[in-house]
Amino acid sequence: MLALIAEILVALLIVIGSSFALIGSFGLVKLPDLVTRLHGPTKATTVGVGAVLIASMIYFTVLEGDFSFHELVITLFLFLTAPLTANFIAKAYMHRHIRHDALPSTNREEGWATYDPPGEEGPLAPTQNPVTQPPAKT
Amino acid sequence: MIDLALLYGFIALAAALLCTAWRLSVGPTMADRILALDTMVIDTLALIVLYGIHHGRSVLFEAAILIAMVGFISTVAYCRFILRGDVIE
Repeated sequence: MLALIAEILVALLIVIGSSFALIGSFGLVKLPDLVTRLHGPTKATTVGVGAVLIASMIYFTVLEGDFSFHELVITLFLFLTAPLTANFIAKAYMHRHIRHDALPSTNREEGWATYDPPGEEGPLAPTQNPVTQPPAKT
Repeated sequence: MIDLALLYGFIALAAALLCTAWRLSVGPTMADRILALDTMVIDTLALIVLYGIHHGRSVLFEAAILIAMVGFISTVAYCRFILRGDVIE
């Protein structure tokens, strides 16, 4: 009975996970430009790979009889690194294809972090609202 | 039942890999290609895990972990190359 329930659960999780991976990759083809395209593969990363890894955990623990947990390591690694890669790809796209003055002013001493490295250099982006600009430190 | 689900999973992941390969070859900007490579790594990861279930072997997870790490590092290195013109400054 337990084996039957585990088998149904494993089959369901495999179908859900691979469907989400397919949907995420299809979004990569269908969506119009990169900033919207970043939305698609997050589904493949979180739900897709997550469901497949849970299915494999249940399969090896219940049906094969040896307790396995190192799938959790892959899930944890993917959940930690997915925002980082999305942020880096968005920054690379902005660096190459979005003009600096297309962004609103930050109203601070530093400009946008993508274009203006923190430190002594001062703002690179034009300040469109100089009234709310704080006075420069001496 | 698991065999049928595995068959569906293999077919769906193969279609997903074809979609990412199309975006990788067509993709108008460089960031599109990086995103397609990253998605391709993730689909390959799911494919390896399904292959491990199919053969009843849990040895393949080390390969999955390695592919996840190499994919992350290569994505970050490529983005950093575009951002700064250099990988390690």
